Amino acid sequence: MSPDVVLSVRNLSVVFHTSDGDVVAVNDVSFDLRSGETLGIVGESGSGKSVTASSIMRLNNSNTASTTGSIIVSGVDVLTAEEDEVRRIRGSEVAMIFQDPLSALNPYYTVGKQIAEAYLVHHPQASKADARVVTLEMLKKVGIPNPEKRIDEFPHQFSGGMRQRIVIAIALINNPKVLIADEPTTALDVTVQAQILDLMNELQTEFQMAIVLITHDLGVIAEAALDVLVMYGGRIVERSSVEALFSEPTHPYAWGLLGAVNSLGKSDRGALVTIAGSPPSLIALPTGCSFNPRCGYAMEICTAEVPSLREIGSQGSVSACHLPDDQILTIGRKAASL
Amino acid sequence: MSNDIALQAIDLVKHFSTGSSGVLGRATSIVQAVDGVSFALPTGKTLGIVGESGCGKSTLARLVTRLIDPSAGSVILDGVYINTLSGKSLREMRRKLQMIFQDPYSSLNPRHSIGQIIGDPMRIQGIVTKSGEKAEVQDLMQRVGLNPEHYNRYPHEFSGGQRQRIGIARALSLRPSVIVADEPVSALDVSIQAQILNLLENLQKDLGLSFVFIAHDLSVVRHIADQVAVMYLGKIVEVGDSATVYNRPAHPYTKALLSAVPVANPSLRHSDQRIRLVGDVPSPIDPPSGCRFRTRCWKATDLCASVEPPLQADATGRAVACHFPEEAPVAIGQSPQ
Repeated sequence: MSPDVVLSVRNLSVVFHTSDGDVVAVNDVSFDLRSGETLGIVGESGSGKSVTASSIMRLNNSNTASTTGSIIVSGVDVLTAEEDEVRRIRGSEVAMIFQDPLSALNPYYTVGKQIAEAYLVHHPQASKADARVVTLEMLKKVGIPNPEKRIDEFPHQFSGGMRQRIVIAIALINNPKVLIADEPTTALDVTVQAQILDLMNELQTEFQMAIVLITHDLGVIAEAALDVLVMYGGRIVERSSVEALFSEPTHPYAWGLLGAVNSLGKSDRGALVTIAGSPPSLIALPTGCSFNPRCGYAMEICTAEVPSLREIGSQGSVSACHLPDDQILTIGRKAASL
Repeated sequence: MSNDIALQAIDLVKHFSTGSSGVLGRATSIVQAVDGVSFALPTGKTLGIVGESGCGKSTLARLVTRLIDPSAGSVILDGVYINTLSGKSLREMRRKLQMIFQDPYSSLNPRHSIGQIIGDPMRIQGIVTKSGEKAEVQDLMQRVGLNPEHYNRYPHEFSGGQRQRIGIARALSLRPSVIVADEPVSALDVSIQAQILNLLENLQKDLGLSFVFIAHDLSVVRHIADQVAVMYLGKIVEVGDSATVYNRPAHPYTKALLSAVPVANPSLRHSDQRIRLVGDVPSPIDPPSGCRFRTRCWKATDLCASVEPPLQADATGRAVACHFPEEAPVAIGQSPQ
C-alpha cells in the first residue's frame, strides 16, 4: 500500500439476508483512493454504489447483512476492528455527507450545537467555548453568511443549500482524510448544486482530503471526479480516468449511459439513445454478465461466464466485458463521439 | 382566438394563504405561488416549463388542469373557458386534458390491477363498452410498450419505468388532446428516462397530442420542447423557441441557469464561462420589489428595484422580462456585461 493511499478496499462483498432470499448488493469490489483525489462512483439505483459507501463507515447492520473483504483506513481494517476503534475512525478519519440535508440534521438542536458535538466527540479535552470558536471558523469556511448569528439557529431556518453546507461543516470539523459524499447535490437545484460542487472543490484543496463522490449524474462526474468506477448489478464493470470514460468508454453499459446523456444534450430532436429493458433485480441477477439481457453485443459466453476486469486501451481503463479489445475500443470511441 | 391554439393561460394567479385567519384576526401571510402567467400552446406542439423548486411550475400545472382553482385569470382549452365549467361539460374537459405525474409509485393505486387503472377512466367517461374494455386496454398497453398479458398484474410487480408507462397509458386512455406532464422522468434512472422521452415523442407524432412538459432538468426540456418558458418566483421571465432560448438566452436568470448545468465533458471543467449565482431563491411570501430576480442578478440597478420589467417580445418572437437583457442594443445607456 503506497504511502498516499488513504483508503484501500479489497474484495468487498455485501450480502443482505431477506425473507425473499439473499441479495448480493456489492460483489467483489476493490479500489484504492489517494489523498487529495476524487473518485466518482456512478450507477443506477440498485447498482450497489450507496451500500459500498456505507460499508466504508461500517454502517451496515451486521444482523441482516454479511460484509466480507477488507477496508483499510490508516492501517486499520474497518470491517474487523473493535467498535471503539471504528467509532474513532468515523468522523475523524472518514466522514460522510448524505443526499438529503434535512433528514441528516436533528431538528431539535441548533446547527452550532450539532457541529460542536461532532468536534467534542473526537476532542474530549476541549471545552465548550473552544468548540464554539472552532465551529464559527468552520461555518465561515463553508460559506454561511453572518455565522455569529446563524450558529444559534435551527435547521429549519436554513435553505436546502445552506443545510448541505452545515452537513459539510459537521463532516469536516475533525479534518478527515476521506470524505464520502453520497449524492450530495441530488436534492438541490442546479444553481445551488453548482455552489456546493465549487465549495467541495475548494475545501478539498484546503484540507487535502480524498473524496468518494457517489452520483447518478454523469455531468457531476465530469465536473468533479478524477477517476470513475462504473457499477452495475453490484459489481464494478469499468474503472477509468474521467477523461478516458468520456473519450473511450470500455463497457457496453457505459456506452449506453454516455449515449443517453450525449443525445439528450443535443438540440436536434432525433430519437434518444436508450438502454433497453430495466436494471436487474438483485435477488435474481442474470447468469454470467449481469448486463447481458440489456446488451446489444451479448454473445453466448456472456450468459455463461462472469467477465473479469482487464486492462483495455492505452489510457489505463479497466473493464469487465467479453468483447475483444479492438472491438471495445472502436465502439467505445464511436459512442463517446456521438 | 385561433383554432391552432390547444391550450391557453391568461394572467393566471394563485395565492395561497398560510396560517389561519381565525376570529382573533391573526395576521396571515400570502404565498404568491403563481403571479400573472400567460402562455399559448399550439396544437401538436410541446411547451416546456423550467425553473427551480419554488418557482411555481407545479402549481401552474395544477391550475391549467383545474386540479386547483386560480385566484385570478383563466384557462382556455380548445376555445372553451374551463374555470366556470361544471357537470357534463366539466367531465368532457377532464377527458380532453390529462396529466402524467412525477412519482410512478404514489400516482398508481396499489390495490387496483393495471386493467382497472387504465380501464376505469374509459368506462366512467363512456368511451368503451364493458365488453370492449379489455381489448382496448391491451391495445393501449401494447402502444406504450407494456406486455398486454400483464393485464391482471398490480403496480408493485412493475419497475419504475414500467409504472410510468402505466401512468402514460392511463392518461392516453381518454383520448385527450392535451397532456400536462409534471416532471414525468425525474424519478427515473438515466437509461430509463431516454426510453420514456422517446415514447412520449412517438405518441405525440402518432396521435397529434399537445404537451405541457414541466421539468427542472434543462437538457430534458431542451430535447422535447418546441417552446420553453423559464419561471422564477411565480413569473415567466423568458419564453420563446427552444433553440433561441437555449442558444441565445436573453434573461440573466436563464443564462445563469443554463451555465449551472454540469456538462458531461471533463475537458470543459475549468472554463471560466460559468456564472455562479450567489444565495438562494427568495421566499415567495415576500418577493423582492421590482424585478424578482434582482437580489441575485449581477446587472441589477436601482431601476430594477423600483420598476417591474414587463414581459416584452423581441423581433424573433421571444419574450423576456428584463430591463437589461443580454444582447440588447447598447443604447439604453448601460453597457452590457
